[in-house]
Amino acid sequence: MAGADVIPDPMEITLVIAKIGLVLLVILTLAAYLVFAERRILAWIQDRKGPNRVGPFGLLQPLADLIKLLTKEDFCPPAGDRWLFFLAPAMAAIPAIMTFAIVPFGAPVRIFGRDLPMQVADLHVGLLLFMALSSIAVYGVALGGWASNSKYALLGSLRGLAQLISYELSMGLSLVPTVMLARSFRLSDIVAAQEGGWFILYQPMAFAIFLVSILAECKRIPFDLPEAEGELVAGFHTEYSGMRFGLFFVGEYINILVLGGLAATFFLGGWQGPLLPGLLWFWGKVLAFAFLFIWIRGTLPRLRYDQLMHLGWKVLTPMALVNILATAWWLYLAGSSPL
Amino acid sequence: MMRVIDDMTAILTGLWTTWKHILRRPVTIQYPEEKRIPSPRYRARIILTRDPDGGERCVACYLCSAACPVDCISMQAEEGEGGRRRAAWFRINFSRCIFCGFCAEACPTMAIQMTPDYEICRRDVMDLVFEKEDLLVEHCGKDPEYNFYRHAGIGVTQPRGEGEGEKPTVDVRGLMP
Repeated sequence: MAGADVIPDPMEITLVIAKIGLVLLVILTLAAYLVFAERRILAWIQDRKGPNRVGPFGLLQPLADLIKLLTKEDFCPPAGDRWLFFLAPAMAAIPAIMTFAIVPFGAPVRIFGRDLPMQVADLHVGLLLFMALSSIAVYGVALGGWASNSKYALLGSLRGLAQLISYELSMGLSLVPTVMLARSFRLSDIVAAQEGGWFILYQPMAFAIFLVSILAECKRIPFDLPEAEGELVAGFHTEYSGMRFGLFFVGEYINILVLGGLAATFFLGGWQGPLLPGLLWFWGKVLAFAFLFIWIRGTLPRLRYDQLMHLGWKVLTPMALVNILATAWWLYLAGSSPL
Repeated sequence: MMRVIDDMTAILTGLWTTWKHILRRPVTIQYPEEKRIPSPRYRARIILTRDPDGGERCVACYLCSAACPVDCISMQAEEGEGGRRRAAWFRINFSRCIFCGFCAEACPTMAIQMTPDYEICRRDVMDLVFEKEDLLVEHCGKDPEYNFYRHAGIGVTQPRGEGEGEKPTVDVRGLMP
């Protein structure tokens, strides 16, 4: 992109805005349908049929859900902190959407005589921005639980914070070998570096650690301690109703899409793949990750609080550190061009 | 290390199990469109059957009413033509009925029987109070041959076994070996 220009060309601005609008539309629609897909797939796993009454095959179910959520009462507990209570859902959902800005979701296309990267913002510190935003997202959970002034919600947000410190470190460390191999924090460079071979081939260990960490990051079932409906009613969003609950809920699914996209970008070659166009490859990989998450949800039980801590601090983090050292050693032996 | 391998095997076994279930046919029966056909002895809507001659089997003996654990059966006995007992009115409140089948078990004349018709919802709770004309059917139900009065006789105004079409009384002593 033309970073040096003082006055950006209006065409450029229009294209960027169009791209942002398109990405928002696709992400939000996909997230809504991911909810539907999850309900259907979980039903199949449990030998049920799932929602199939609204529209053909139940395909209009997300719309019905939306109408239901919008028309419900927007309730704030009288003893709660109104301001934080109303702010928290947005604080959970917005960082998830923002993270998608750095994900390259397709091969650059030529449009109106200019190269248009299929990425909203190609930051040279893209990976660091992702780490920062993923840490911010937990504020929505923490403050939502705190502002509810309810013991279940507070316990949920407490667990959310404890969970953050156990997986965040291993997630960051598992990405270090990726950066070492690609020699860049820029996500488009990381994708370009995987042209010869996806990083999962060189870094299966880092991929496994990252996968477990992103499961914890989007609070999915083996690690859904902040929600834990069996123990904490609904955890941090116990007191939420209507569209504010919907925002937390959709935020979670946007998170799945975004983290699936990032996992694809870091380890599965992003939009690269033979024969099919890049867009299809990328979204195919994202949906494969989403399916994996749903499948795991239908299979595994919830971990206990201390088990998650144990896994994060005593297993994943040391493994990630050893992996970094091994990668460094390998890069040192292989010389300047490891791939 | 062995523990890690064991744990991974456990997780993969679980994933394989759920994968098989994704491909399996759902067991759901989509009720209003698909209806289960219950077995003939299914216990649902109660009927009052008739004997093969078309007369009411019910003799208003109150045994079903006494057996009913929720007291949903009530009736009034009266004497019909030829001294034959029958119910003047007979009422089952299906809003209280628990479909236990005790009434059908208690019935000495096989008059009261359970049918597999389970679709007896009504908008108004008062519509669930079934009167005799709602309960009486024009067939013999599960035991089409059985005719109580053929065996028992009416026996109130006339000697047993001597009424029209009645079988002679069994000689009790003649049954001795």
